Amino acid sequence: MKFLGETLRIGILRSGLELKQFLRQRESVVFTLFFPVILLFIFGTVFKDTIAPGVTFSQYFVAGMIASGLVNTGFQQLAITIPMERDDGTLKRLRGTPMSVSSYFIGKALLVTFLMIIQTALLLFFGSVVFDLNLPTQASLWWNFTWLVVLGSACSTVLGIAFSVVPKSGRGASAVVSPIVIILQFFSGVFFVFTSLPNWMQQFAAIFPLKWLTQGMRSVFLPEEFATQEVAGNWELGKTALVISVWLALGLIFAIKSFKWSRE
Amino acid sequence: MSITHAIEVEGLVKKYGSKTAVDGIDLKVETGEIFALLGPNGAGKTTTVEILEGYRKASSGQVKVLDFDPATKGSAGQRWRNRIGIVLQSTTDAADLSVIETISHYANYYENPRDVEQVIDEVGLREKINAKARELSGGQRRRLDVALGIIGSPEILFLDEPTTGFDPEARRSFWELIRTLKAEGKTILLTTHYLDEAQELADRVGVINNGKIIEIGTPQTLGGRNTAPAKVSWLENGKQQVIETKDPTTEVIRLNQRFNGQIPELEVSRPNLEEIYLKMIGELK
Repeated sequence: MKFLGETLRIGILRSGLELKQFLRQRESVVFTLFFPVILLFIFGTVFKDTIAPGVTFSQYFVAGMIASGLVNTGFQQLAITIPMERDDGTLKRLRGTPMSVSSYFIGKALLVTFLMIIQTALLLFFGSVVFDLNLPTQASLWWNFTWLVVLGSACSTVLGIAFSVVPKSGRGASAVVSPIVIILQFFSGVFFVFTSLPNWMQQFAAIFPLKWLTQGMRSVFLPEEFATQEVAGNWELGKTALVISVWLALGLIFAIKSFKWSRE
Repeated sequence: MSITHAIEVEGLVKKYGSKTAVDGIDLKVETGEIFALLGPNGAGKTTTVEILEGYRKASSGQVKVLDFDPATKGSAGQRWRNRIGIVLQSTTDAADLSVIETISHYANYYENPRDVEQVIDEVGLREKINAKARELSGGQRRRLDVALGIIGSPEILFLDEPTTGFDPEARRSFWELIRTLKAEGKTILLTTHYLDEAQELADRVGVINNGKIIEIGTPQTLGGRNTAPAKVSWLENGKQQVIETKDPTTEVIRLNQRFNGQIPELEVSRPNLEEIYLKMIGELK
């Protein structure tokens, strides 16, 4: 019990330190936190069309960007920064101290949570102020929003840790990770209306969690009638929960098994 | 009672595929001494030390650090890490954190941490206390590494090539810091490829090459330096003549008689430690 408490305490201290380091790197603040807002601004300004009665493209896009935000702050951010920490000696130094690896993971998970809250708040704020995003009024929709965010960010975090073994070096990590995220965003209906994509693209995207997260977010932020415009004719929330949970479980196993403290 | 050894290594072997990095090392480091592992790059120093630190697993052999097998996993291994301090080869981590932020944070990891302010004074970073690590010079950065190595009040400190890339003045002042730590009773295992560093700091030196320890001795007796033959050289027939002899005095008297007085350009020299060292590692290449 004392050991668990200590692991948690150090994990919380680590998250504070991680957040401090994150906020001091201007590139990471702009790239991770503000980029989705900048994209929202560009897309929302350029595409003013209405895609269904009472639904503008910018509303559709905000829902997708909130889902992508979970991928940015979790998967993308971790899969890039962990290889960098492997290169600059952070992980090796930590390995040589009595700190437990669980504390390190707790620190990362809390960092992702902080970043995700900041980013989602930014997107909701700009979305509702600038682009008429309708915030849900029903409690059930906010409940859906909450579980989607919690499940989605947990999944994104473990997949980011798991994927951190793939980039060969910290410098090359961004070049490996970012294209994957951008392609998934295109395929998953973030930048385009999902149903307008070619069929093979839709089916490919359906393997990965982002497609389900964006669809789930649309269920929260778009009118209920819009569900009929989706591929299945409804929001498929049960299937969404299932797909993301499977990825979460696989990611967790892989993250624990494959995590490396050093490159050798 | 037998002497307690801080480090005991027997028959340590480390293989990477078909390559043998460490080829049967035996080593005992006494509590409270500074032991230097001296050898050229690629000799196996870092591999050996990283096995002692618990970073790598030995292929075979016995390793005990503070009477504990460093390869032990789980919470026992973590507890053991409370008792050791590690200063790795050059690192660039925590670049955006200040000296005090980093040291205070790392203090949290240990059961029995030292006073942060006191450690900062000891490593000489008082004036840089609020500077970010990225703003520190190479020597100051190393001092921060040492601070992180000693913040947990370890019984044994590992220093892996601590002064590589330093200017001479920075090295001298860094050596002072190491002597201070020794005076506090810490056991220190140092790796270096600088002979003068081993000579200045170490109680004993182990010369390592091609994964083997060639010799262990004090800096004074290493390589039989105290009994090594001297070189006598002079000019004769327009050429520099050199002979090695254990008894240079007799040789000089003999020459003196032969030349009937002045010996042209006479020079008598004993080998310095560097020559002995180069000979030792050269012979085995």
